Amino acid sequence: MTDLYAMQRAMRQMRKAAMQRGVVAVLDIGTSKIACLILRFDGPERFREQDGIGSMAGQSSFRVIGAATTRSRGIKFGEIAAMGETERAIRTAVQAAQKMANQRVDHVIACFSGGRPKSYGLDGAVDLYEDAVSEYDVARALSACDVPDYGDGREILHAQPVNFALDHRSGLADPRGQMGNQLAVDMHMLTIDANVIQDLLYCLKRCDLELAGLASSAYVTGVSSLVEDEQELGAACIDMGGGATGLSIFIRKHMIYADSVRLGGDSVTSDISMGLQVPTAVAERIKTFYGGVVATGMDDREMIEVGGDTGDWEHDRRRVSRAELIGIMRPRVEEILEEVRARLDAAGFDHLPSQQIVLTGGASQIPGLDGLASKILGQQVRLGRPLRVQGLPQAATGPAFAGSVGLSLFAAHPQDEWWDFDIPMDKYSGRSLKRALKWFKDNW
Amino acid sequence: MQQMNVPRPKRDPAPSRVAYRIHRLWLTPLFRALMRVGVPAFMVALVVGLYVSDEENRDAINGMVHDMRVAIETRDEFMVKLMAIDGASPIVAEDIRETLSQDFPISSFDLDLEQMKAQIETLDAVKSARLRIQSGGVLQVNVTERVPAVVWQSPEALTLLDNTGARIIAIGDRSERSDLPLIAGSGADAKVGEALELLTTAEPLLPRIRGLVRVGERRWDVVLDRNQRILLPADDPNLAMARVITLNDAQEMLSRDLAVVDMRIAHRPTIRLQQDAAAELRRIRVFEMGVTQE
Repeated sequence: MTDLYAMQRAMRQMRKAAMQRGVVAVLDIGTSKIACLILRFDGPERFREQDGIGSMAGQSSFRVIGAATTRSRGIKFGEIAAMGETERAIRTAVQAAQKMANQRVDHVIACFSGGRPKSYGLDGAVDLYEDAVSEYDVARALSACDVPDYGDGREILHAQPVNFALDHRSGLADPRGQMGNQLAVDMHMLTIDANVIQDLLYCLKRCDLELAGLASSAYVTGVSSLVEDEQELGAACIDMGGGATGLSIFIRKHMIYADSVRLGGDSVTSDISMGLQVPTAVAERIKTFYGGVVATGMDDREMIEVGGDTGDWEHDRRRVSRAELIGIMRPRVEEILEEVRARLDAAGFDHLPSQQIVLTGGASQIPGLDGLASKILGQQVRLGRPLRVQGLPQAATGPAFAGSVGLSLFAAHPQDEWWDFDIPMDKYSGRSLKRALKWFKDNW
Repeated sequence: MQQMNVPRPKRDPAPSRVAYRIHRLWLTPLFRALMRVGVPAFMVALVVGLYVSDEENRDAINGMVHDMRVAIETRDEFMVKLMAIDGASPIVAEDIRETLSQDFPISSFDLDLEQMKAQIETLDAVKSARLRIQSGGVLQVNVTERVPAVVWQSPEALTLLDNTGARIIAIGDRSERSDLPLIAGSGADAKVGEALELLTTAEPLLPRIRGLVRVGERRWDVVLDRNQRILLPADDPNLAMARVITLNDAQEMLSRDLAVVDMRIAHRPTIRLQQDAAAELRRIRVFEMGVTQE
């Protein structure tokens, strides 16, 4: 765990270095596309980090100077399945973005949806030595959380303190400097498969890029798609991507739960492909042009040329009605939403004061999805689009780019995480000398 | 037919690792600056350096530059064909030509007017000179000659001096310039101004003045005809001269048989008689006293 701690700290240092240099790339590694945005941090609020979050949620501190999207290859369910293919796709996106920005980037912040994210709620409490809470006390409280056994081969991706309680006052955002006897903290921890991170690190290393941060795409999508009151009062963001559908629940501006369903737009496409006996590319095209989830009488009469080039005239001139297409798509979309519903129920979403649900991601663009979703997920459903950030091309403002935009916001203003606080000394005790010796042995 | 319909596999849009690295390298600011400025500059320096390092090439370049320079300098517009001297007497003009000893035609780039002016002004007879190159290739020399003010009889020769005491020319005989006053004595040339002033003061006596003599490089003697001399003091000789003239006007002193009027001591002017006059005076005195010598 200390290794991860060190890695996350190293990434945080890297992020600081990138901010100093003023240029950082964000890379959204998705199943259907890889998007790369290059951000330049030279806005008016660059040197005002001490003033809290600043206006416009910190967005005015950067602008997008390069953006590129490429079809992703070798990725299944948000995880890297073919390393070389993925590496090439990342290179394509990064090079195109660098070309647009006319600037080289060395630091990249990445997000991905796979790796079977799993949420844990932790809490810990410490008695205070002094009356006022110091940063050190916060660190002690965080390290006092009893970490559950999340299994071998898992890594902590996020570990964010979401709530502080001082004696019996709960709901404190920042307890530092306040008086009390006991400091308790609630922490949200997200773990994912370690080998997913390893693969990603390897790919980025092969592209000569330094990783300056990692985030779960469910989290960053929530950051960009939920508006402020939704984040405050409680809402779920459902990121319907290509290979996986991520969901994250926010309350009081903190993510308290994240999960992902390994179904997405690509599942719908493969259903169409199988149902209509067409190649995946054709199925994808038919889905984007004619797809829908609510059939009407008009749809029976609207015939779609399926096409084909087998040479068999009958086969190549097939036509299907749009109603048939909807008949193929709807069960799969319903399945995805049912699955999401199950995860939300498991997380206890129905206990939240507000139950707003925001659908975003590329697959949320299916016409009629909001009607279908409100039947399954509840009444308060809306389609979300990411925030507008400065310099973002028009082509990259759709819901498919919620992850990229959220990652930009994350890069500009990351949430405090566990590793941002110093490790309390007692964790080191006795081992520090051994560590020093080991360091010498390793290096000489 | 079937074969033709098979779509060709699409080219991989991804850049190769090498292409990607090169692109990134190219976007590195330092490298970019080096390639866009450093390398061309180095290449130019290298080529020029290699070319110049050869002696023959250097000579060729120098020769070419020299030829071009000469071609420009010898253009008709820059050639000076003759020298015109204004304001100088024929003798002085001849002297100037001799001093400069310049062959014409010559390019105006080769003429050093400052130096020529200095050369001309070393001539005694020339007070100042102005040189300029006029259009049409004429070197115009405007000379202001010195005006002779006195004749100075130095131990060596008779010399004409202007009113500042500068030497103009030597003359063989006093009669050549009998219109000018004569001064004599060593150091007299340094005080020509004083001498001229004295002569102005002594205007009534002018017909009788033969000349001025500088004595001991300190004071003036005025030499008159009939062997008379007026000895003037070193300080304020003009006042003394004026007193002499006043005395002369009142008593026609100088028309008497005097040898010397000594004004050197202001409160005790003294006169000395001529040898004969003194003897005659003594004889008269003795006669008046009734003493006969015989």
